[in-house]
Amino acid sequence: MTWLELSPEEWNAVYLSLKVAFWAMLASLPLGIVVALVLARGRFWGKSILNGIVHLPLVMPPVVTGYLLLLTFGRRAPLGAFLADFGIVFSFRWTGAALACGIMGFPLMVRAIRLSIEAVDRKLEAAAGTLGANPAWVLLTITLPLTLPGIVAGMILSFAKAMGEFGATITFVSNIPGETQTLPSLIYTFTQVPGGDWGALRLTLISIAVSMIALMASEILARRVGRRMDLE
Amino acid sequence: MTISVEIRERLGDFQLDAKFASSGRLTALFGPSGSGKSSVINFIAGLIKASDGKAAVDGRVLFDSDKGINVPRHKRRIGYVFQEARLFPHLSVRQNLAYGRWFAPAEDRSMGSKGVIDLLGLGQILDRMPNLLSGGEKQRVAIGRALLSSPKLLLMDEPLASLDQARKSEILPYIERLRDETKVPIIYVSHSVAEVARLATDIVVMSNGLVIASGRTGEILQRSDLMPVEEQGEAGSVLEMAVVSFDEKYGITLLRSAVGEIRVPGRLSAIGKTIKLRVRARDVLVASQRPRGLSAQNLLEGKISEINRHGPLVDVKIDCAGTAIMSRITYQSSASLKLGVGMAVFAIVKTASIDAGSNEGARFHHAKMSGNRPFTD
Repeated sequence: MTWLELSPEEWNAVYLSLKVAFWAMLASLPLGIVVALVLARGRFWGKSILNGIVHLPLVMPPVVTGYLLLLTFGRRAPLGAFLADFGIVFSFRWTGAALACGIMGFPLMVRAIRLSIEAVDRKLEAAAGTLGANPAWVLLTITLPLTLPGIVAGMILSFAKAMGEFGATITFVSNIPGETQTLPSLIYTFTQVPGGDWGALRLTLISIAVSMIALMASEILARRVGRRMDLE
Repeated sequence: MTISVEIRERLGDFQLDAKFASSGRLTALFGPSGSGKSSVINFIAGLIKASDGKAAVDGRVLFDSDKGINVPRHKRRIGYVFQEARLFPHLSVRQNLAYGRWFAPAEDRSMGSKGVIDLLGLGQILDRMPNLLSGGEKQRVAIGRALLSSPKLLLMDEPLASLDQARKSEILPYIERLRDETKVPIIYVSHSVAEVARLATDIVVMSNGLVIASGRTGEILQRSDLMPVEEQGEAGSVLEMAVVSFDEKYGITLLRSAVGEIRVPGRLSAIGKTIKLRVRARDVLVASQRPRGLSAQNLLEGKISEINRHGPLVDVKIDCAGTAIMSRITYQSSASLKLGVGMAVFAIVKTASIDAGSNEGARFHHAKMSGNRPFTD
């Protein structure tokens, strides 16, 4: 089974992928909840425009998203240069990979959370109000806890999307071993060199395993949350 | 404690124009479905606004369209028991109860958790989740949760409507205890004459968005014109009578008041106690002279004080020593007996419900008089 043993370079890619996906998911979560709330509950002019912008990464070619990121957050781009003054650099860093993955997974996360918020019985919120809870407390103690299954589903979807993201990442932060070379990037590299087939196959199996584990974890988690508050 | 409400609002095709004030312990908002009862209490709770209206509880203004006052619902301190309980599904019974208590200002916490749990008999189910509760248990938890928020007023929107008869009789005694043992006034929405007769001290009758009558329960229930058509025979009188004795041989309890004597089967209550007896108009017959050879023993003497005709039926109001007894008979029998105001008659009471709960806690007896089913009206 020696052919299954991973080289340090390959371990690095696995570790980096997990790290990038984890931070992409975590960092986009607060904004994802806010945007989902606004889309589910808000009534304002331009709501469909906001909805369109959120969904753009889902329909645009990933390379376009990556290129737009490069134009916005690149070192010589105005915003990138401005942030660089504060020590925040995205281009050609793992943080940039996380940013690209977060944006690509954002529509999926927002969709899952939004559907869940829309399913919350507003009568329960009214009941909480009559018991003395102000709107902020109602949100924290009723709406968000009841949205938990959707939030969990959104996080898993975002994580899974980040694990598989390739196009936007390689366009924005390239394919630097140890810094931005994620699992898909390394698989791509292997397929481009002679004799890289075994390496590509090994990483493909790992990729499948990670995806399966993520999916099963989300199933179990969602079922447990769902059972705990089996709605009336 | 006075509650005053005034609301004028268009809701779709429906025009709501209701105004009433009440200082009763339990005021029933009574009327058919769609008469605007729920809208009125949603307005009091702050769940809906009105373009023109006022609401005040005990002098504290909650809403006044003229002065631009609209206290947000979470600051109104008004408990609301919804028809469908609305327990928080992600919280246990204990947490649901604590939720109500959490937001009540500490100095206002008039209700202790233990007192409420005992009052409503919730001790056994504290650790259960709402989805594992029966309909009756859910409603009791919802009442407890509302009480623990130490409200200035408790609103109940047909809390028994979704329950079957057995569950209803399970909850009713608790609502009576609430009315008799706590200081919180209650507004109770219902379309059931039986519930209202048993629970209410005061009644506000609504129809098509308007308040058509309001007053003490005894007065309102005598007016069958206020009752829904299918329940018009449910109108009647509520008599307060003392328990005099119990006859072991026949198993009959003797009740007495200024009205006269009434015998009901079964042992009802301790001798000397006063109980409320509800006599429906359709269960009272009228005789122009003392009947003989009749199995009904409950004969009350009186004078006719009013006769109102409703199509083929008439409501006869009989004054028995100052208490009105209502009887509903056909116009034909009324005509053949030549009934008229001022005439001395006998009221024959066939059946009565004894609302013992009002005076002796949580027990409810439903008893039938020495039966005379062959008589129909």
